[in-house]
Amino acid sequence: MSDLINFVLNGQKVTSSPDETIWQVANRLDIEIPHLCYLPEKSYRADGNCRACMVEIDGERTLAASCIRYPSDDMVVNTASERAKKSREMVFELLLVDQPPHEQAHDSKSKFWGWIDKINYKSANRYPPQAQPQSDNSHAAISVQLDACIQCNLCVRACREVQSNDVIGMAHRGHQAKIVFDFDTAMGSSTCVACGECVQVCPTGALMEANLLDPRGVRTEFEDRSVKTLCPYCGVGCQIDLHIKDDKILYVDGRDGPANNSRLCVKGRFGFDYAHHPDRLTTPLIRRDDAPKSADIEISQSEIKTYFREATWEEALDRAASGLKSISDQQPGTSIAGFGSAKCSNEEAYLFQKLIRQGFITNNVDHCTRLCHASSVAALMEGLNSGAVTAPFKAAEDANCIIVIGARPAENHPVAATYLKNAAKRGAKLIVIDPRGQSQGIARHASHVLQFKPGSDVALLNSMLHTIITENLYDEQYVQANTEGFEDLKRKIIDFSPEKMSAVCGITADKIKQVARIYATSKASIIFWGMGISQHVHGTDNSRCLIALALSTGQIGRPGTGLHPLRGQNNVQGASDAGLIPMLFPDYMSVEDEVVRSQYEKLWDTKLNPKKGLTVVEIIDAILRDEIKGMYIQGENPAMSDPDQNHARAALAKLKHLVVQDIFLTETAWHADVILPATAHAEKSGTFTNTNREIQMARAALNPPGQARQDWELIQEIAQRIGLNWNYTHPSDVFAEMTQVMPSLNNITWERLEREDAVTFPCSAPNQPGTEIMFGDGFPTTSGRGRIVPAEILPPDELPDEDYPMVLTTGRMLEHWHTGSMTRRAKILDSLEPEAVACLNWRDLEKMKIEPGNNVNVSTRRGRISLKARQDQDVPEGMVFIPFCFAEAAANLLTNPKLDPIGKIPEYKFCAARVEPS
Amino acid sequence: MNKEKKFRSVHPGSSGKSALFFGKGRTLLPEDSKAIENIIGVGPYERHMLIEYLHLIQDQEGHLSEGYMQALAKALRIPMAEVYEVATFYAHFDVTADGQKPPAPLTIRVCDSISCALANSEQLIKILEDQNLNDVRILPAPCMGRCDKAPVCEIGHRHVDHANLEKVQKVLKKKEFHPEIPAYQDFSAYKAEGGYKTLKSCLDGIHTIEEVISELSNSNLRGLGGAGFPTGRKWGFVRAEEKPRLMAVNADEGEPGTFKDRYYLESKPHAFLEGMLIGAWAVEAETVYIYLRDEYPAVREILLKEITILEKAGLTSHTKIQLKRGAGAYICGEESAMIESIEGKRGLPRHRPPYVARVGIFGLPTLVNNVETLYWVPQILKKGASWFGAQGKGDGTGLRSYSVSGRVRKPGVKLVSAGSTAEELIVHAGGMLEGHKFSGYLPGGASGGVLPASMANLPLDFGKLEQYGCLVGSHAVVIFSDQDDPKAIALNLMQFFEDESCGQCTPCRSGTEKAARLMEKDAWDTEALKDLATVMADASICGLGQAAPNPLLSVLKYFPENAE
Repeated sequence: MSDLINFVLNGQKVTSSPDETIWQVANRLDIEIPHLCYLPEKSYRADGNCRACMVEIDGERTLAASCIRYPSDDMVVNTASERAKKSREMVFELLLVDQPPHEQAHDSKSKFWGWIDKINYKSANRYPPQAQPQSDNSHAAISVQLDACIQCNLCVRACREVQSNDVIGMAHRGHQAKIVFDFDTAMGSSTCVACGECVQVCPTGALMEANLLDPRGVRTEFEDRSVKTLCPYCGVGCQIDLHIKDDKILYVDGRDGPANNSRLCVKGRFGFDYAHHPDRLTTPLIRRDDAPKSADIEISQSEIKTYFREATWEEALDRAASGLKSISDQQPGTSIAGFGSAKCSNEEAYLFQKLIRQGFITNNVDHCTRLCHASSVAALMEGLNSGAVTAPFKAAEDANCIIVIGARPAENHPVAATYLKNAAKRGAKLIVIDPRGQSQGIARHASHVLQFKPGSDVALLNSMLHTIITENLYDEQYVQANTEGFEDLKRKIIDFSPEKMSAVCGITADKIKQVARIYATSKASIIFWGMGISQHVHGTDNSRCLIALALSTGQIGRPGTGLHPLRGQNNVQGASDAGLIPMLFPDYMSVEDEVVRSQYEKLWDTKLNPKKGLTVVEIIDAILRDEIKGMYIQGENPAMSDPDQNHARAALAKLKHLVVQDIFLTETAWHADVILPATAHAEKSGTFTNTNREIQMARAALNPPGQARQDWELIQEIAQRIGLNWNYTHPSDVFAEMTQVMPSLNNITWERLEREDAVTFPCSAPNQPGTEIMFGDGFPTTSGRGRIVPAEILPPDELPDEDYPMVLTTGRMLEHWHTGSMTRRAKILDSLEPEAVACLNWRDLEKMKIEPGNNVNVSTRRGRISLKARQDQDVPEGMVFIPFCFAEAAANLLTNPKLDPIGKIPEYKFCAARVEPS
Repeated sequence: MNKEKKFRSVHPGSSGKSALFFGKGRTLLPEDSKAIENIIGVGPYERHMLIEYLHLIQDQEGHLSEGYMQALAKALRIPMAEVYEVATFYAHFDVTADGQKPPAPLTIRVCDSISCALANSEQLIKILEDQNLNDVRILPAPCMGRCDKAPVCEIGHRHVDHANLEKVQKVLKKKEFHPEIPAYQDFSAYKAEGGYKTLKSCLDGIHTIEEVISELSNSNLRGLGGAGFPTGRKWGFVRAEEKPRLMAVNADEGEPGTFKDRYYLESKPHAFLEGMLIGAWAVEAETVYIYLRDEYPAVREILLKEITILEKAGLTSHTKIQLKRGAGAYICGEESAMIESIEGKRGLPRHRPPYVARVGIFGLPTLVNNVETLYWVPQILKKGASWFGAQGKGDGTGLRSYSVSGRVRKPGVKLVSAGSTAEELIVHAGGMLEGHKFSGYLPGGASGGVLPASMANLPLDFGKLEQYGCLVGSHAVVIFSDQDDPKAIALNLMQFFEDESCGQCTPCRSGTEKAARLMEKDAWDTEALKDLATVMADASICGLGQAAPNPLLSVLKYFPENAE
């Protein structure tokens, strides 16, 4: 053990490892040394600037900052010498004199005041204070009061090195040094994306959650308890601490989870208050007999009683269950469908699919994964016989080349994006492929940006494969040992030379080749993709190309390599794993497989339907064909999220019996017969599986409002009322049942998750961490090989023409989640992005004589909406981008419901549209 | 189906606010990007050239507007805040916010550092301000390295020595705002007296690297920027590191009272350049960066011209030379801050270890030498180590170029034996000025402390003054007299440090500011000041903060009657 360091600390002989600083060794030995600019969390580099942690080292002229200094052999360190103590005290005295007084401290519970109290420091006021900058309250979420700033630079590191959002700087110099946003712009007018990392690390309260302060800027709000749980939004799965006062969430901190290392984004940090919104459903509702159903109905909060009457739980549940049951009885096996939710827990997803399958003997159960990654999963199942990611997004840390295609992680997976940006800063090649630019997102960190023509994914990817194969850059050994179908691919790509495809995809042949070479020849390359790949009629083909790239080059199964479809919802992975899929039981076992089915028939003591069920959009069509007459929709909002909304809403309105279980009166609920008020994420306990295959524990932090009840209980109530013998007493009972049928949960128990908070599946032993990198030794296919399936070019279904000359593409925006039912009811998010916008290129705006901020009409063959034009440098000419979260101008009134033939996912990313001044 | 319906009235949003028309942050105008391309070229751009690009914009536009800074940030693919940080760190950049009036097209900087202050620069500033000159702004500025000609000012880039109103008016009238190039020994003259022979014999393999390093070690040549580190040893250390290696020349002579480097650069630039090229050869540096302070525009023109001649003469084939321009920051004379600045960043000193010999520019091993140090290299190699080593006085070895200024008759660079005393230097400088009685001196510029006349017989050499709380540093000796107030001198120096602190660490950022405020008072709170001095000396990251209290402490110690 020659690499250990032996030195003397406060008279004691101690041993340390070479990567331990003096501060870390002292901390390990319970020797307390104050620190302000140093944050012991691992993302944060020690900067050694505050000088609050000075220690004395024998033989050195000056003291040393223990946070940044490494001991060496025979060094004699004293943390408690008079000289060191005096120096530290002086640092606090100097900082204190320029602070607001303790009783007016912006945050009297800040780390700074904590140390002042701890060292029992009393200011002698020997030094005159200097003039301080004015407060900046221009931002909805964050209050900036630099009179408390100690120039410790933590917020700069937070913004620039950790989150890499690159807004905060330390301007000027000396005692004039000042924290600035962009060009000393007011925070609210800056490029700040409000991730709040700066607030979380600020040791003085100079940067604070604005809602904790009184009008003088003094913190008056303090939590009375905190609960460890998860963020309710995207698939990243950030662990959070909810800080609660009087049963209301006051503020949120990031927790050191495997996926987020205490990082959060604006939604996770500031989007929590929807749970307390007055619009929350608190009483069971039954549609009035005289309330008509129609596709274009709109029900405002104040009109609820015109359409619905309040009911007791007994009546509502009886009505809900009997309505479904009588339809099912009349037309068994085909007349009922259910949409579960990727926002609910694994246990709830499992129960929901069980209810539909066991209770209504149908496999018509699906959820929004159909609208997100169904095509990716289809291709992955076909190629690797596994629908999940092969590596977590943090594998980017080990990658030399990172391709991000058809995904905008800075908006949709902001915390995952931080790791990609970190990797690029470390030197990894980051290749961003997206028809829409990402200049506000990850593109500035990219080595290559390919802004290709929308819908030409296969052309581009096949031409990359062409380069890899014709230039012999593929991994012959890997291909021979681990894949099948390579020869077919080789034949297929002959027609796809970069020279030829260049005109199709709009990227020069040289650039295509360059990128292909980097991907193939880097030591470790990884691919991330999102809806830009999947939401096309050729979505499955797009994914096949990506799989072919990885398999032909052997860029899979090793650290820093792999395939990672970035999952959208917080539990879309878990909901799929748990069987909310019409053709699959839990763990992706086919409903058509007799052996599997009989196993479930035995377990559930029911004869099950051997036929695959219908998918989301197919269910809508089946309603209109009078096949499906009753639905149970839990926590999903197809009236907003499905393509061609007029059509979808006509179907919902046509249902004979619709049960909606949700926390708000969603657009879907407008068509309901019975509405069951359920629980928000912060009100429930359960497990959730993020995009990395990390199963994590969420804990109830709040009581549900009014009479609202737990989702799992309500599913069970329905089950019991249709005659099923269910007796779960807690989500942990459900999880226990899941572990019996899902080998993916081997060695993962509820107790373990309670203890460890997160475990990756698959996991080889109860005391081992799960497997992060999959397929190091072959694939779970029958041949053990990964299957390469060549893809053909299929143009988008609806191309621009004279009447509809532009391309409409849809997606999300950073501040709003999905259909907006949660985030638009979160005060800060609502005020950051308050209304519907259509994003357009400045040249198109000029051509059409539209001023940014003016209203425009956007129409397609399916409908027309009017909304505000936003000039957006990232939207190419000829394109209009509309986020689908705004009900008042719903993008999905316009979108094309045409499906990918395999994944059954609609083409949200491309349809022909017309834009005109309003 | 109601296809005509465009609006839906019911939606969950309730803020009533309006969406942004352009997305977040300032909107970049295409014309600003175009303008930037015209000024800095079409690229490819390099991040480490940020300060150079800012100079190009500042030179052309007279200021840095938000639009241009944003266009520059986009061109370099760096955050806006990063451009802003750098632009606001350096004194020679003028940042203007949207809607803010740009500064006057012409700037007169008047030196207010110690030697010029003794020569009443404060009054000069006032006189100039009282003229209310049109389209001219008057700024006080730190030492311009012309302390032997105090007071001085700089109009545009034209320096005015022994400045007064008449001289300034003359320059304004003639519109002579470009630097005046002094007569210097050019390439051919230097070659004619045998210059570059030593370099040639190194490059031709007549000398080995080991020989050269050992010769320098034997000569006892030490770093003359102020730290006094043995030069031969430093070269050896850098050579011991893995390649690629780099070299940097510290020509950021900013220590108030110091002007010897400028003296050599403006008189015998090739002696320095030859030394530099020998250094680059010895450590096999891929590139040599000369970091030249922006206060020396004449030197910049000389070097630009002479380096081109050298390159054409084929004397630089073993390395590349990049002349980097400072932008007004004393701290960049600190070697690690200089390295940061060479990388195009703010001049924040780095923590040591690791030392720059190991982790320097762009993280590569870097040899950093001062101008004068390199100036001596060819001569030592030509005349032999013993020639230089024998020049000392007492136990000092070698020659020293003392910058002598203040209340003496003939201020200037005095090339004499190492270990000379203030007494002797006053003699070399022609004695005290008429009517002035020697009362004390700064032995080493602003950071070297203050000594009384009674201690004028101390040898001014490395390691000799520490026991008195002083440093010889860059050998800048400022003589003052019975007409000068030691407290005022100490305050001037503390205000200098207050202005020039980088602001990184608390003891220096806050300590210099608090000390200056306390020292501005008639009565000094000596306890509070001593406590400040202790934390600054003990806990500052770099030499600036550690040495900043020296003048304060020595005035308290050696001029107690004044300090009370």
